[in-house]
Amino acid sequence: MEALFAVTLGILTTSGVYLLLRGRTFSVILGLTLLSHAVNIFLFSMGRLQQGSPALIGFTDHPGDPLPQALVLTAIVIGFAMTAFTVVLALKAAVELRSDHVDGEDPNEDRL
Amino acid sequence: MSHLLLLPILLPLLAGALLLFPTPSLVFQRWVGGLTVFLLVIVSFLLLQEAASGDYQLYALGNWAPPFGIVLVLDRLAALMLALTAGLAFFCLLYACQGTDRLGANFHALFQFQLMGINGALLTGDLFNLFVFFEVLLIASYALILHGGSRARSRAGLHYVLINLVGSAIFILALALLYGLAGTLNMADLAQIVGQVSQEDRPLYLAAGFLLLLVFGIKAALLPLLFWLPRTYTAASAPVAALFAIMTKIGIYAILRVFWLVFGFGDDPLNESIWAWLWPLSLATLLLGGLGALGASSMRMLTAYLVILSVGILLASIALATQETLSAALFYLIHSTGLAAIFFLLADLVGRQRDQGYDRFYVHAGINHRWLMAGLFFIAAISMAGLPPLSGFISKLWLLQATTSHPQGLWLWAVLLAAGFLVLVALSRCGSGWFWRAPECEKHKKLNKRELGLVVVMISLSFLLSVKAQPVMDYLELTAQQLMQPENYIQAFPGREALLPRGHWQ
Repeated sequence: MEALFAVTLGILTTSGVYLLLRGRTFSVILGLTLLSHAVNIFLFSMGRLQQGSPALIGFTDHPGDPLPQALVLTAIVIGFAMTAFTVVLALKAAVELRSDHVDGEDPNEDRL
Repeated sequence: MSHLLLLPILLPLLAGALLLFPTPSLVFQRWVGGLTVFLLVIVSFLLLQEAASGDYQLYALGNWAPPFGIVLVLDRLAALMLALTAGLAFFCLLYACQGTDRLGANFHALFQFQLMGINGALLTGDLFNLFVFFEVLLIASYALILHGGSRARSRAGLHYVLINLVGSAIFILALALLYGLAGTLNMADLAQIVGQVSQEDRPLYLAAGFLLLLVFGIKAALLPLLFWLPRTYTAASAPVAALFAIMTKIGIYAILRVFWLVFGFGDDPLNESIWAWLWPLSLATLLLGGLGALGASSMRMLTAYLVILSVGILLASIALATQETLSAALFYLIHSTGLAAIFFLLADLVGRQRDQGYDRFYVHAGINHRWLMAGLFFIAAISMAGLPPLSGFISKLWLLQATTSHPQGLWLWAVLLAAGFLVLVALSRCGSGWFWRAPECEKHKKLNKRELGLVVVMISLSFLLSVKAQPVMDYLELTAQQLMQPENYIQAFPGREALLPRGHWQ
């Protein structure tokens, strides 16, 4: 379980960072989404990965920690709102600047 | 437990929510916004008095006891920053009411949410809550940057939003790491656990600390992370840019709070390694600020680099980590925030009096009310360059004096004075480009008396800060003293043993 988690996190983060460094806003937003997925899963796993441990004191010797779930819920909501905002902003910028490059213009286009 | 502590968050929240309803007129929005900010000024001065006693004031939200509930903490530093924010917001809002707020929808609601985020980030005693308030202030700032709309704003806004979103992701990563290690995110509770860290956990805590430094470095504009700032601040409308003068200082406040308190305990405190990185980076930031100011092509760009320069000075003096440098840095913080705001407003005021070119230096253009504008610029520039008799001189002098005893202080002397010289050259170039042998005006432009009055009042406040420096300095020395004893912060909290029956907590 831990290994699966670690590999998933690694793949998500790598893809996220790779896409973040691309030039077009769409890939960048996709990269941000993947990165925030990775971060959220990481935060989620901080309550430790264990089975059969309800978050109730007195039922088991090692009650589960409910707080990371609350934290990750907050982080998901905020991340969702931010992604929505960025998509709209990227569309606005693409229309106004007539380019979907993150700098508003493609530095290689002029040279062709 | 005084409910006054909640008002700096509650007032802008309620006002902002009220302003989101489809309101009948802009006049109503201005009144609600103005009244709220005025109340905030009063509240923050009451809090300033309350904090002056030196006790930590705690406010447990929903009466949930810390470390399980979220707690607001007021100390001298938080009260000082609250007062500075409220004062700055008051002037920025009044300036915006002269026409900027008409350029787009919902300016006043966004302004209130921005204040709510800033005040919350200043007061909170919980790291996750700090993250949430950072997000509140950021999303408001994203929209405020774009307020008015233009190509430059969309372009700068995109950079600003994207880098801050990456920052938020890293922030959560750092918090997750800390929570996974320590099982708490309450600052006082966390500080105790970090202080007793075992040797094998140490690198993990350090990793979390450096991730946090990265996040706050983006907010504060520390050297490798500052390239979003000049374009963003140049593109924003004048009152928004003036309000943003406090934003980098929120990053610095977070650095101060987290690394002084949370990572500052134990025999071999973790913050030593943080300071070791912060010191060269902040000196480089300082120098880059000076060079950037020299290379700037417009006054807003110049001011943006002066903001970077002030960040460099502040972080360098924090990294020296003595009580003297800290209190001098706090004085410089007040001075630099105020003056950066004055400069952004002045750039707008003078720029609109010119025939063409707005605030660009290389455009040779006539200027209306030449002597008045030149006089205002001259006084503000003297204070910014750190020449007597205005507050810039006192703050710089105090800072240099405070670093004499420190073995590494000489580095700060060299870089600070070199950058100061560059700033002086840049400001002279700006002034001579604008006012020296300006051609005859082709169009007559009306001067808005209220805008002029606001800038004059702000400059006189800078003057007042230098005349009445002594009481402010006394307060700041006490603030630094309080910061140097973080163990009192922890003692202000009820202990964990008092809250839970034994055995149910690992």
